[in-house]
Amino acid sequence: MAKVKLTPELLKEIYYYMALSRALDDRMWILNRQGRAPVVYSANGHEATQVGAAMALNRGEDWIVPYYRDLAMVIAYGETPREVMLHLLGRADDPNSGGRQMPAHWGLKRRHIMTTGSVVATQDVHAAGLALASKVLKDGRVSLASFGEGSTSQGEFHEALNFASVHKLPVIFLNENNGYAISVPARKQMAIMDVAARAQGYGIPGVIVDGNDPIKVYEVTQEAAERARRGEGPTLIEAKTYRFVPHSSDDDDRAYRSREEVAEWKKRDPVITFEKRLIDEKVMTQDELKAMQQRIKDEVNDATDFAEKAPLPDPSTLGRYVYAE
Amino acid sequence: MAVMSYLEAIRETLRQELRRDSRIIIYGEDVGVRGGVFRVTEGLQKEFGEDRVIDSPLAEAAIVGTAIGAAINGLRPIPEIQFADFIFPAINQIVEEAARIRYRSNGEFGVPLVIRAPFGGGVHGALYHSQSVEAFFAHVPGLKVVIPGTPYDAKGLLASAVEDEDPVLYFEHKAAYRSLKGEVPEERYLIPIGKADLKRSGKDVSIITYGLMVSYALKAAETLEKEGISVEILDLRSIRPLDVEMILDTARKTGKVLVVHEDNLTGGVGGEISALIAEHALFDLDAPIRRLAGPDVPAMPYSPPLEHAFMITSDKITEAARDLAKF
Repeated sequence: MAKVKLTPELLKEIYYYMALSRALDDRMWILNRQGRAPVVYSANGHEATQVGAAMALNRGEDWIVPYYRDLAMVIAYGETPREVMLHLLGRADDPNSGGRQMPAHWGLKRRHIMTTGSVVATQDVHAAGLALASKVLKDGRVSLASFGEGSTSQGEFHEALNFASVHKLPVIFLNENNGYAISVPARKQMAIMDVAARAQGYGIPGVIVDGNDPIKVYEVTQEAAERARRGEGPTLIEAKTYRFVPHSSDDDDRAYRSREEVAEWKKRDPVITFEKRLIDEKVMTQDELKAMQQRIKDEVNDATDFAEKAPLPDPSTLGRYVYAE
Repeated sequence: MAVMSYLEAIRETLRQELRRDSRIIIYGEDVGVRGGVFRVTEGLQKEFGEDRVIDSPLAEAAIVGTAIGAAINGLRPIPEIQFADFIFPAINQIVEEAARIRYRSNGEFGVPLVIRAPFGGGVHGALYHSQSVEAFFAHVPGLKVVIPGTPYDAKGLLASAVEDEDPVLYFEHKAAYRSLKGEVPEERYLIPIGKADLKRSGKDVSIITYGLMVSYALKAAETLEKEGISVEILDLRSIRPLDVEMILDTARKTGKVLVVHEDNLTGGVGGEISALIAEHALFDLDAPIRRLAGPDVPAMPYSPPLEHAFMITSDKITEAARDLAKF
């Protein structure tokens, strides 16, 4: 196991991004229900996995190749709350896409967050390609692709793992397994219990980790990154977690999972349990916590106001950037 | 100036580009040790090493998808799809990803990528080693599609494709590899993507075509010249973007247009060219636009009589142009 320096500053930062993500997420749903945001995709429940993984990387230098669930990951990676809200509301200054893509289709070049589409598992191959360039250019970067367990049924997931393991590419495949691909449970997605078991078929380590514990995710991601940087190739990490809300604001999860099941998982809500841990272990005082929560509230308010006042794209820009200009 | 085959022109251009820019890598199935099933990349791995000329796993979506990632992280990949017929497992990566990345990121990300693929029939390749697939990609904004018809153009178009900041599909006709020869300068030169080339000047009939069909059309023009029919030949060279100006110029000049391609008729490039002429130059025409194209069957059959019946030949072009001249 890699030696992890869990300084109080790092622990507080992890909590900050998890709580900020949850607060942004909650606000986005309110905006949706008020008719101010057409659609929302949440990270709600996945915060520990996403922030734990992001913080273990060389943020802004290593590449992340996220999927639509990764709000907490991208803010931990340097996308600001204002940028998230500009994206949600399709504003002209949305740095992810200039208002062209649906919300949660991330991409921020200055922070090395790869642009992403909607077809699942395409990003796994891109992460392998980013890592191929790192190997050839010897730039020392690691790439991390994240994805749901449903997408591991796609051919491109398997092609990415195979390509990356054959060429020993510096890449991490992070599965955020929340048990459902919209409504379809994992048992109808695969005939095995664990996504991590797939790693065997590619001759690489497959690691299962508690996705609701950010420190555990941090540790395994750091180890995978070190292995990648040593030239030993990819690692498949399976973070077992749960999403507390429907797939999107247009979904209703009551159709496919019981309230009891959701309630059971909520006992292990990663934001609440990590907050308690920081207080119990005296990493933070109640006053510090309150101050941080106030700061988060202010940031979310600021981001919402900022984005709502921001201009929409000019229709005359529709034809731009089909090709290089 | 050296005389080279179409294949040699492509290989020497790849060599020249690999020497010029250390960011360029080549990879695909069998491109390394074997030098490609057609030998286009022969000797390149020996000269440039296994890091830059890579034998990849047999998986087209991964070949193109990793090339996208590699391009974004600073390389200039030239992946090869072994046969154009095998490009469809990668169509998601080409159409949904490579073509859309600049647009969906509002210009922040770009994918400088050249996908090479041998295409076309007449080589006993049957259904899955003979297809012309260009129309599928010509439909997609964000992609560029080039198809050289001579060794000279093969070099200049490939160098331009490598310099381009956007994804370019570079289709090479298999039957042209060794049958077409021509003078190719040693020094590097660029042929702009989107510029057609007047391969022959004439006054009675215009043949608009590309790829291997250019040489077939030139042969037809020689035959028809003896009959007193003067044929103009416009080689498109790029299928997307099309050189609309030159298409309309030749249509207006002769008033009779024959569009020729090996790809099947319906939904082919010929339909787009015909529509452009009908929209912009209808009253300059002296005859209906004529299309000569592969038949609307799913793909090219194997047995020689069936394959021959499918293929466009110089004789078929001669006949169609002659009919049009008489109109």
